[in-house]
Amino acid sequence: MGKRVLLIEDEPNIIEAISFILSRDGWTVHTHEDGATALNKVLAHPPDMIILDVMLPGRSGFDILRDLRAEAATSKIPVMMLTARGQAKDRDLAQRLGVNHFMTKPFSNTEVRDNVRSLMEA
Amino acid sequence: MAQQRPAGARIRQNRLDRGLRQAAVAETVGISPSYLNLIEHNRRRIGGRLLADIARVLGVDPALLTDGADDATLDQMKSAAALLSAEVELSHTEELAARYPGWSALIAAQSRRIEALQAQVQALSNRISFDPQLAQSLHEVISAVTAIRSTASILVGPEDLDSDWQRRFHQNIHDDSVRLADSSGALVAFLEAPDEATAGAATPVEQVEAYLGQTEFHLAAIEGGGSPQDVVAQADLPQAAASVLARFADQYARDAAVLPLESLEATIKRDGYDPARIAQRLDAPFATVLRRLATLPRTRGHPPIGLAISDAAGALLLLKTVPGFAMPRAGGACPLWPVFSAISRPEQPVRVDVALPAQDGSKLRCYAIATARPAARFDIPPVVQSVMLVMPDPPDATDEAFPVGVSCRICPRQDCASRREPAMIGLSA
Repeated sequence: MGKRVLLIEDEPNIIEAISFILSRDGWTVHTHEDGATALNKVLAHPPDMIILDVMLPGRSGFDILRDLRAEAATSKIPVMMLTARGQAKDRDLAQRLGVNHFMTKPFSNTEVRDNVRSLMEA
Repeated sequence: MAQQRPAGARIRQNRLDRGLRQAAVAETVGISPSYLNLIEHNRRRIGGRLLADIARVLGVDPALLTDGADDATLDQMKSAAALLSAEVELSHTEELAARYPGWSALIAAQSRRIEALQAQVQALSNRISFDPQLAQSLHEVISAVTAIRSTASILVGPEDLDSDWQRRFHQNIHDDSVRLADSSGALVAFLEAPDEATAGAATPVEQVEAYLGQTEFHLAAIEGGGSPQDVVAQADLPQAAASVLARFADQYARDAAVLPLESLEATIKRDGYDPARIAQRLDAPFATVLRRLATLPRTRGHPPIGLAISDAAGALLLLKTVPGFAMPRAGGACPLWPVFSAISRPEQPVRVDVALPAQDGSKLRCYAIATARPAARFDIPPVVQSVMLVMPDPPDATDEAFPVGVSCRICPRQDCASRREPAMIGLSA
């Protein structure tokens, strides 16, 4: 069984596409769509890596990232953020909060796959 | 009205600016300090020899102490310096204003203009950055594009996909393309919509349009025999907007004198809203008929009627929107609207049914005419103005409506010969 990636994203077709790409690349992909309960999901089954959208129902990706870094059990999990908001201030905020990589939508499948691989190998 | 500062106050200000004591100045010009104090507090009039002596001691032109700029201009000049943190000789502001009143008024006017533009830029910037409708529309568009791009890459990629996956991904692309079309439509609607968020930063013309819009541009005061001045006084608009309103009200009064409301409505009742027929029946200029029709309110049982007035450069001087009809205020409008095409053939009435893209097949009937007011001097071009009346959904609309747009940036008609820049979105027409 491959390493576990948790994809926190609320767009069903993006979830399906990324899940498909990463599954074919050997990862075990779990998904979660609700921002408000995302931290509980991570704490219940800590993944090897998290792909985190910024705009989520219930709670923003930035808030979730802040909590992840504050919890000892999750502070070291690599996080890659996906967002439609590519503004410099968003990127700066994500970096200050401790993101490992930041990708702006729309992205290519190759980018997703390569970045997940490199974060897992880091 | 602007308030001029009294001479006494000017003397006091100049003395303090130069760090001179009241007693010293009084002694030099041969009066008591208490008398100078009364002068400085405007309790004694001053003129003649004494004024000249005090001006000499203060080192200023006597005229500066009596004929300087008004307080509002001086305050605006000082605020201009503060606004740009400019290091200027503030203590000589009054002197500058007195010696060069024209330049001083220009500095003050430009400062006010800069402040207004800064407020407008801020309002527009806030709208782009924080408007939840725009953010939501953009998020929808980017999410749909991301999903389509990713799914399409899978479909055309080297992976072997069984038929179930293929069917599923095709369905996903279809669903996202529908979502993309909807969200793009919402985005275009947002860009076309009147900007309520920047109403506070509107230009004088927009302020007047907003004011007139409350009554659908109908001025009951003038219809009832009132004067344009009454209209302007009642509106209580800022000075620049008031002067725009005064021009509109003057024209309105002249038009109403040619075409009184009673005879216009009686003719409409008999012959309908065809401006050519009305012009012929009442022997009135075509442009006058267009402007009069555009000010008929729905409260009197008339249909919604839009209006656009442009100058020879294509700048909109006045715009009355109605459902289904909008034009960009700040330039860049589609040049195919009859209000612009009429400019090339002055005095020739134009009637065209037009259709905007991405609408439900509804049409707009446009009547337009450009008129030229001759100059009264040699070698001065005439003042050309084009008027366009817009009536939504004419019952007898022609099948082949002329395609127009709002502006190139949001127009999907890629093969348009009049396109001046690419569209920021690529909808199909």
